[in-house]
Amino acid sequence: MKIPSLKILRIILSLIFFLGTLFVFLDSWETVGPGLKRSLVFLQFSPSLLHFITVICFGGTGFIIILILTALFGRVYCSSICPLGILQDIITFLAKKFKIKKYFKYTKPVNWLRYSFLAVTVIFLIFGSVFLLNLLDPFSNFGRISMHLFKPVLAGANNLLVNVLERSDIYSVFPVEIKAFNILSFFFTLSVLILLLWMAGSRGRLFCNTVCPVGTLLGLLSRVSVFRIRFNKDACISCGLCERVCKAGCIDTKNMHIDLSRCIDCYNCFRVCPVDGIGYRNSLVRAGNTFSGEPSENRRAFIAGSVLGLFSLSAFSKGKNKLQPSKDTTFPVIKKYPACPPGSLSIDHFTDRCTACHLCVSACPTQVLQPSFLEYGFLGIMQPQMDYWTGYCNFECVACTKVCPSGAILPVSKEEKKTLQIGVAKFVMGNCVVHTDKTDCGACSEHCPTKAVYMVPYLGNLAIPEVNEEICIGCGACEYACPTTPFKAIYVDGNPEHLTAKKPEKEKIEEADPDEDFPF
Amino acid sequence: MKRRDFFKKSIGAGVVAGAGVAFGGIGRIFAGNNNPLPAKYDLAAIKGGEPDVMFDKAIEVMGGMKNYVKSGQTVVVKPNIGWDVIPEKAANTNPVLVKRIIEQCFDAGAKEVYVFDYTCDEWTRCYSNSGIEKAAKDAGAKVVPGNVEKYYREVDIPEGKNLKTDKVHELILDSDVFINVPILKSHGSAKLTICMKNLMGIAWGRKQWHRNDLHQCIADFATYCKPDLNVVDAYYVMKKNGPRGVSKEDVVTMKSLLISEDMVAADAAGAKLFGLEPDDVPYIKIADEMGAGTKDLDNLSISRQKL
Repeated sequence: MKIPSLKILRIILSLIFFLGTLFVFLDSWETVGPGLKRSLVFLQFSPSLLHFITVICFGGTGFIIILILTALFGRVYCSSICPLGILQDIITFLAKKFKIKKYFKYTKPVNWLRYSFLAVTVIFLIFGSVFLLNLLDPFSNFGRISMHLFKPVLAGANNLLVNVLERSDIYSVFPVEIKAFNILSFFFTLSVLILLLWMAGSRGRLFCNTVCPVGTLLGLLSRVSVFRIRFNKDACISCGLCERVCKAGCIDTKNMHIDLSRCIDCYNCFRVCPVDGIGYRNSLVRAGNTFSGEPSENRRAFIAGSVLGLFSLSAFSKGKNKLQPSKDTTFPVIKKYPACPPGSLSIDHFTDRCTACHLCVSACPTQVLQPSFLEYGFLGIMQPQMDYWTGYCNFECVACTKVCPSGAILPVSKEEKKTLQIGVAKFVMGNCVVHTDKTDCGACSEHCPTKAVYMVPYLGNLAIPEVNEEICIGCGACEYACPTTPFKAIYVDGNPEHLTAKKPEKEKIEEADPDEDFPF
Repeated sequence: MKRRDFFKKSIGAGVVAGAGVAFGGIGRIFAGNNNPLPAKYDLAAIKGGEPDVMFDKAIEVMGGMKNYVKSGQTVVVKPNIGWDVIPEKAANTNPVLVKRIIEQCFDAGAKEVYVFDYTCDEWTRCYSNSGIEKAAKDAGAKVVPGNVEKYYREVDIPEGKNLKTDKVHELILDSDVFINVPILKSHGSAKLTICMKNLMGIAWGRKQWHRNDLHQCIADFATYCKPDLNVVDAYYVMKKNGPRGVSKEDVVTMKSLLISEDMVAADAAGAKLFGLEPDDVPYIKIADEMGAGTKDLDNLSISRQKL
C-alpha cells in the first residue's frame, strides 16, 4: 500500500497548528469566542500538564495524548504541533531561501546543557514555582512573540486598512488599539526572537535540543518509542543526503546512527533518501527532491522587517490627552497586593500555574490584563495582573476564565463573576478634587457597576465618594475613571485570596403616575 | 492689479479662510442656521405612547423633520450608548427611538445618517447590547466607532471659563445636521444627565472636565456646541444609581419625550419631569447664566400632548 509522504503530512499539520495557535493570540476582533480559542490550544504540552495537575478533567488531557504519540512515534509534537518549533522551521526555511544556510551536519549533543535546563525547571516546579517554565517553555514564548511582536504589526496593518476604507465611507472594519506598551515583555520577547532567528537560521532546531525543557523531556521518551527511525544498513548507499537535511543535526551517516532523543520527526530524511535507506522500521520511503537554489537578497529581509516594524507604530494609542494642566495630587498610592484575574482563586493559585503565555492578555476585551513586572515578585515576572490605569474589568465579562489553558484561571459563570471580589476600592480623600478643589467630579461612582462607590453630600452642594467594601468587586472602573495625576484618589488593592462580595441591595422605585400632568 | 497678483491674493485669502474653517472648529457655532423657519414651539412635550409614536407626533408640532433635515444633507445622530447594559436598564437611549429618528431623517431626504458615541464601557459591547447598533443599521444608518482618538479634532471654546479647548469627533464637525438624543437619568455627581451632559460623548478630553469643575465644563461646552435638535428620551427613566444603574429596580416607566432646539430649556424641562428644579442642577444654572440657552420655562411656548 502506498503511504503518502510523511513529510507532506507533517507540513500540513504544522501549518494547521501554527496558524491556529497564531490566530488564537492575534484575534483582536473577537471573531472567535474564548472557549473555542482554548480548545484550539488543547494539545499544547506545558499548559495542558499544568491544567491537569490543577483540575483533573478532560480539558487538561492534551499532554497525555502527546505523551502517547511520543511513545509511539517519537517527537512528532515538536515538528507538527509545537508553534515555536514550527516558527523555527519557517526561519530555517527562509534562511535556506536567502542562501544563509545551505545544509546541515551531524552535531554532537550538548547533553549537560539540555538536561540541566530540564532538571532546574523540574526542581523549580517541585518547589512550586513555574518561573523557569515561563522563561523556557515554547508555548509561552510563542504566545509572547505573537502578542508583543506580531500583534502590533497586524493591528497596524488593520488600522491602515481602516484609513483606506474610511475614505469610501466604509466603517465595517474598526481600528484596533493597543493601549499599553510593556517594556519588559517586549524586550524579553524580542531577545528570544532574535536568539531563535540566529539559532534556527544557523543550526536548525538548536533551541529544541539544548534549551527547551519540553523537547528534552519528550526526547527521553522518544528514545524508546515503538516506531523508531533507523538506517536500513543493507539499502543505505552512504550518499549523506539525509544528514544534510536534518534540522536537528542528529543523523550520523558515518556511523549510520540516529540520535532519537534529538530527532524531531520532520521526515526531511525520508523525503530526500533516494533508496530505502532510512525509515520507520523499514517503512517505504519516497525519492526526494533536490533543493533548488533561488536568488537571494538579504536586503529584502531587512526592508521587509523595517516596513513591518513601521506598520506596528500605528497600532499603539497615543499618550494621554494634554489639555488643561491641573495640580498634581500629593498622597502616594501604595498597593499592598496586585489584583489577579477573576477565576484565579488567589495570588498563590495563580502564580503557581501561570506560564505567562499572555493568552488572557490577548483575549481581554478591555486590556486591563497586562504583564506584571515585579508585582508578584521576581519569580512571577511577566505573569499578568490587573492594570487599572490601562483598563478595567468589564462587569459581565469572563473571557480570561474561559481562555486560560493552564488552569491558572479557572472558568467562572457570568453570575458568579458579578460578586467575585478580586480586590477592594480604597478612597484617598487627600487626592480627590472634590476635597482639594471644592468642585464636583464623581467619575468613580459613575463607572461603578455595583455602586459600591457612591456619592454622599459634602460641604454644601458638592458630593464626594464613599466605598461600601462589602459590595465592591474590585473591577477597577473607579481607578480607571479617576482623573487625578500622578496619584489617583481611588484605587483597587488586590485580595491575595479572592472573596465573595454581597449583592447590592435592590429597592424598587415607586412607579410614575401615567395620568399626571406635565410639571411645566 | 496684475492678474498674477490677484490670483496670489485670492488663493492666500482662500487658504486662510479654509484653514480657519478646518482648524477653528467654527462649523458648529452656525448650527442654528440650518432651518430658515423658526419652530412653532420652543419645547414639545409628549407622554403616554411608545417612543416612535411619540416622536412622530412631537416632531410634527416642531414643523416636521423637514424643518431640520434638508434633502441631500448628512446627519449625525448622537444617542447615549455609554454603557454595556440592555435597554430595559435605561442607561442608554431607547433603540426604538433612535431607529425612528433615523427613519425620519431619511424620509426627509438625508443623504447619509451616522450614529456614534464615545462610550464608557467596552465599545463593541455597548453598541451591541444596547440594541442601538442593530436598530441604527436596520434603519440604514452608518454606525461608527467613537472610542478612537484619531477621529477627534482639536477645537477652541472661546467662551469657556475652565474648558478652553477640547477635541471633538469629526462627524459632529463635518456633518450638516447634528441631532442630540440623550436619555433622562440620575447621575451621581452631576445630579442629572440630559442634553448638555450627553455632549460629553462627543468630546475626547472628558477626563479633564471631571478634573476642572465638572459643572462649569459642561456649561462651557454648551456655549460652544449647539445641536440642531435635541430629543430627550424619557420612556424608561433611571431614578437612582445613575448613570450606569445597578438593576431594573432603579428604573420607572415614564413614557415621555421632549424635543427642543434649546439644550438648556430641554434640560430644565427634563429636570422637572425627573422631580428636581432646574436650579438644583448646577450646570443648568451656569449654562443659563452664560447664555447657552434659557431655563425659564414659564416664558417659552410649550406644546403638551398626552396619548
